[in-house]
Amino acid sequence: MGKGVAITGMGIISSIGNTVEENYQSLLQKTPGISKIEGISTIHKDHIKVGEIKISNEDLSDLLNLPSSNNYSRTALLAEIAAKEALKSAGITDVNSCNTGLISATSVGGMDLTEKYFYSLFEEEKNRKYIESHSAGNSSTKIANSLGITGFVSTISTACSSAANSIMLGARMIKAGKLDRVIVGGADCLSKFTINGFKTLMILSETNCKPFDANRTGLNLGEAAAFLVLESDACVKADNKKVLGYVSGYANANDAFHQTASSVDGEGATLAMKKALKVAGLCSGDIDYINAHGTATENNDASESQAIRRVFGDNLPKVSSTKAYTGHTLAAAAAIEAVYSVMALQNNLVFPNLNFETPIKETNIIPETELLQKDLHHVLSNSFGFGGNCSTLIFSKE
Amino acid sequence: MGNYYINGIGCVSAQDSSDNELGLQNFVALTENVAPLQKPDYKKYIKPTMIRRMSVGVKMGVVASSMALQEANVEVPEAIITGSGMGCLRDSEKFLKNIIDNEEQFLTPTAFIQSTHNTVGGQIALGLACKAYNVTYVHDATSFETSLIDGMMILDEGEQNVLVGGVDEIGNHTTELHKLIDRVKKEETLKNSLLNSKTKGSIYSEGSQFFVLEDKKKGNCYAQLLDVTIYNKLSKNEVTQKLEAFLMDNNLTISDIDVVVLGLNGEVDYDAYYTTLQNTLLVNTTQVYYKHFSGEYNTASAFGMWTACTLLKSQKVPGNIQLNDIQPTSIKNVVLYNQYRGENHSFVLLKSC
Repeated sequence: MGKGVAITGMGIISSIGNTVEENYQSLLQKTPGISKIEGISTIHKDHIKVGEIKISNEDLSDLLNLPSSNNYSRTALLAEIAAKEALKSAGITDVNSCNTGLISATSVGGMDLTEKYFYSLFEEEKNRKYIESHSAGNSSTKIANSLGITGFVSTISTACSSAANSIMLGARMIKAGKLDRVIVGGADCLSKFTINGFKTLMILSETNCKPFDANRTGLNLGEAAAFLVLESDACVKADNKKVLGYVSGYANANDAFHQTASSVDGEGATLAMKKALKVAGLCSGDIDYINAHGTATENNDASESQAIRRVFGDNLPKVSSTKAYTGHTLAAAAAIEAVYSVMALQNNLVFPNLNFETPIKETNIIPETELLQKDLHHVLSNSFGFGGNCSTLIFSKE
Repeated sequence: MGNYYINGIGCVSAQDSSDNELGLQNFVALTENVAPLQKPDYKKYIKPTMIRRMSVGVKMGVVASSMALQEANVEVPEAIITGSGMGCLRDSEKFLKNIIDNEEQFLTPTAFIQSTHNTVGGQIALGLACKAYNVTYVHDATSFETSLIDGMMILDEGEQNVLVGGVDEIGNHTTELHKLIDRVKKEETLKNSLLNSKTKGSIYSEGSQFFVLEDKKKGNCYAQLLDVTIYNKLSKNEVTQKLEAFLMDNNLTISDIDVVVLGLNGEVDYDAYYTTLQNTLLVNTTQVYYKHFSGEYNTASAFGMWTACTLLKSQKVPGNIQLNDIQPTSIKNVVLYNQYRGENHSFVLLKSC
């Protein structure tokens, strides 16, 4: 199938760092960003732990030099910080020097504002500027306008696999010649809505989450944003760009099993991984490292383990989930894990799966628990979401 | 670039739009500022036990997609792509209201589970046991057009058919909020026709339209989809230039266009995006509109495409959608233009088949 699509820039903000470099250092030093929640007033605050970015909206606005009258949701603030870092790291000064698009992903959108002003919007006129910040598309429009992107701008929401699908669409549009350059990724902030939603599903952990552990206790929610710059070969050549890695494989499949639960045999996940390998022109033995979805819920880790066994058999690549560092950042998760996958390739490192002790009996997958130096060529990253949505991305060094 | 034939269509809307052959003939202009759905015959498409459990958005999506699949004689599509600006709005509002009213206590997961934007696409897949590619675009007024662009790429990549559609629900709380910021017209202005209201906002409604795109033409083909493009932002002057460029990309000029389908919604501050075109580039072209029948919602432009499909197949332009007196001799090429409040512009080009 030929070479993948070049990645020329990355940006990220998560609970383990405000930049790509800070995230990398936290991963190396095994420093998780899991804590008690401070920014949202919730009755669950003593019973959950989250991957929260400890910067207020006001300070985020200042970092972006926004006027105090802005109506950015926290999702949009995080997204713009990560998108700007990505553009800067790709050395792009004139965003319209070639046909550039933006594809973002979010599930929360401006829910943080809507839940804060739900009733007061009727009485207080000053907060009405936030009404239009609610929609999922609004944060993408804000970033596009701020970056000066006037052409193709879109937003994807497929729950926890959203950003994988935005990266996939971007790569496909470049391959199809519809765009020369595209900024792809996703963002989600913490909100009462998602905290209570996952709480009702009884899958929030009271302690630091333990992906792939037999005695796992559920997930930690997190907030983050990450974007990657993808460019066509012609763009890369014309500007003599440094390439950080390639998006070589991608696929989405549907589990068609249940609105929220994953199938026991991991059918959707298996299909996604197999299809992605096919697109990349690779066989399962070519994958050196799997950055797993690994949310640490009973259901996901069991189902994903089955799927990994179905695709890789006894010949398992190195496996780890980085969710114990960042929490599950929902629609942003696949984008931050794309950044981590590229970092893994660049530095020949497998990042540890924190808090793991006991393997799941049925599948006996033992993730890496220490930082591992290993020659890496191809990294596979999984992301699965509600609605049976299963996505796999493959990142390659060359 | 391959061929993309629309071999099946389905529409659920504020009108009785269950008969694709009748098209828009008997539609009545909406008079309420918030116009509810004309409930289709759910029983024809959904098991009675499921009708009660499904949200309105899911039901609309299942009915519209079933109609389109049946017409195209496709059992299980090779991809499902859904556009939905606001997702499952009613369940989102319901869950959020419960959180706030009950101070985070006594919550049940059902509304949360159904609140995600991709619930409709996921439920269609579940109903069809369709394990194929399934993505949902949620980008305001271009949610549906992005879905079309993706659908065309899916066919280019080798699939033979794809189910593409749009769906959006009315949410009462959101509507009340949108009244506060003049997105929804005040009731009294509706005494005038939509386009002569000269007031801010539009009329809100809900609906779902689905289409089966295939790489081969079938007997019941409605139209050939030639091209789709979207812009985040355009000035009024740029619209003319971009439309001409869009046609030129397809080796056409405006004289080749028989009908233009416009997304006019009676927004006094923004309809000028259309009227500028109407009075210049499109002055000799048959002009039609549809939002007086569909109302405004993020994916209302999918109703526009359904309209265009019925015109192309019947080769007739009903008088109740026409904006000028020009009658086309035949309908070969149709272009659609939509935008919302100066953002998220889209051009769609269709050809008779």
